[in-house]
Amino acid sequence: MITKEYTITAAEGLHARPSANLIRLAKTFKSVTSLKKGDKVIKLNSMLNLLSMGLKGGDIITIHIEGDDEQVAGEAINNFFKEELKNL
Amino acid sequence: MNSIINNIKGIGASPGIAIGKAMLLKKVKHVKTGIRLSSADETKNEIQRFEKAVKNSIDEVEAIKKSILVNSIGIDILDVQIELLQDEQITTEVIEKITCQYKNANDAVIEVIDASVELLNNLNGDYFSARSADLQDAGNRLLKHLNAAGISDKQVPGENTIIIAEDIAPSETITMDANKISGFVTKMGGKTSHAAIVAKSKGIPAVVGCGLELDLIKTNDIIIIDGAEGNVIVNPTADVLIEYTEKKNNFLKQTVLLNDLKDVKAITTDGVEITLLANISNAADMEASFAFGSEGCGLLRTELLFMNRTSFPDEEEQFEFYKTIALKAKGKPVIVRTLDIGGDKHLPYFNLPGESNPFLGYRAIRISLDRTDLFKTQLAAILRASVFGDVKIMLPMISNILEVRKAKAILREVKDGLAVRQIKFNADIALGIMIEIPSAAVTADLLAKEVDFFSIGTNDLCQYTLAVDRLNEQVKYLYEPFNPGVLRLMQNVVDQGSKYNIHTGMCGELAGDASATLLLLGMGLREFSMSASSIPYVKTLIINASITRAKEICQHVMTLDNAEAITHYLQECNKQ
Repeated sequence: MITKEYTITAAEGLHARPSANLIRLAKTFKSVTSLKKGDKVIKLNSMLNLLSMGLKGGDIITIHIEGDDEQVAGEAINNFFKEELKNL
Repeated sequence: MNSIINNIKGIGASPGIAIGKAMLLKKVKHVKTGIRLSSADETKNEIQRFEKAVKNSIDEVEAIKKSILVNSIGIDILDVQIELLQDEQITTEVIEKITCQYKNANDAVIEVIDASVELLNNLNGDYFSARSADLQDAGNRLLKHLNAAGISDKQVPGENTIIIAEDIAPSETITMDANKISGFVTKMGGKTSHAAIVAKSKGIPAVVGCGLELDLIKTNDIIIIDGAEGNVIVNPTADVLIEYTEKKNNFLKQTVLLNDLKDVKAITTDGVEITLLANISNAADMEASFAFGSEGCGLLRTELLFMNRTSFPDEEEQFEFYKTIALKAKGKPVIVRTLDIGGDKHLPYFNLPGESNPFLGYRAIRISLDRTDLFKTQLAAILRASVFGDVKIMLPMISNILEVRKAKAILREVKDGLAVRQIKFNADIALGIMIEIPSAAVTADLLAKEVDFFSIGTNDLCQYTLAVDRLNEQVKYLYEPFNPGVLRLMQNVVDQGSKYNIHTGMCGELAGDASATLLLLGMGLREFSMSASSIPYVKTLIINASITRAKEICQHVMTLDNAEAITHYLQECNKQ
């Protein structure tokens, strides 16, 4: 299992398009990916669930990934938070 | 045609003037049928209908996507919509309602979408209400495909159309033809609704949130929209029409100027770079200021955060406020002025004593140093926000150095407190003062040793130096920032700042006054903070001026003995 913490840096929180992209990305892997903020946890397979987390700038979230391709998935999601978000 | 002028007030969502004919956008309202499914076949059939509607909806959005330019602003709305249309959570819930609760697809979709929209609305904040609009939009599209009969005839706008609608769905805004639609007005919505954002990006004037009064408008009524002020005028008189046609032309000229100058640096012809900052009150101002070419915030008035409420905002709320602005500034400076109430600014929940001279009384830093509880809360919140950007603290109304020392001692205490709480902050946060009391201007050499920067507040400096209340009609003619006495004080502040190597800026009205720009450059001022809309014009003056000439102008001004002569001379200088 891979667990990693990230901070949302955009002032308004995760924008609509990155949210959609994150869900799309997570769905390409077999592993089950989930996102946790405080004591709320959701699976990263639903845009609605992600939106309902109400992520704001400065929030700290934890991503859990578990499954056969967790290494690849972990890298891709890490890359998403570190690189892609900057360009959006 | 209705000859009475109706003025409707809404929220200005996208600036600009539009004049055109009204087109009322009708919406199909989907309602529940209450039908209960009675056989397994029906259930199976409804699930298939739902899945087909999802597929058709996605195909439709993909088709819209292909029809517009890649990278056009707002295209992300379509990606989001596709994602929502195939959302697993929504799909699961709809199918569950069909199979377990025997609802038909139409009712199941309405219930699931309504519940989810409400969930997002309850999250508060403009961002989430924009997302709930996306979701509603996706839901309506599904319902349209479920009920083929409900597909409305597409209304085709003619030239110079002004759309009048309940609300405009996010996906509708991006397919709108900006060549034909000159503006739109909606009953619902706020400044950050999709409709508003897309309108802004397309340069279409828009007024949102007008409420029920919009029902008064009929098709083909002549409509004027003032998108900056949030005004909608229905069937104007000829005079009003002429007035707004002129306003419209001026706005277009201004926009061209803005776009041309936005990314141009404010560098004089002899190569000196000048920093142009914006005076702001909230995060929206910060963002808007960048469109005018600002390079950060030279004055964040924190009063707005304290007004229109019933009690003081706590540390957490203040922290959120400062943090959002710091993040919006994206690394550019944000100078936060600590609470500046008293004088003519009051808080309904904070009783200030009745004073015979409120401007000479209990106000600004004097309150902060007396009510250290309030001051500490504000400082803690600013310090916590300081890790999210280039945040600086500025103290208003400093009259002597002891106030600075006292404030610094309190700041140290607050820093220690945060360290104990193990909260991150910028330990080296810059601390500056407003120079707006003559004693501070005269003793700038002393104060410079104690602070990191000065910012000249010309409004109060002028009022206190000349002993003139500018709100008093009988004496306000004496209120004159070009009074040689006021100018000499300013010159001293700039000189001492440069002698002691601390940064000096100006955040009063004079900083945005085009007639003063050359004089201030000549004095040696290199940082101007003003209302964002003044930046482009001041910038044009700077890029066409040289410091050599500005110095000559300043030297000549200092030989003149009265404000009238100085004003006249500076006007002549700008004409050249």
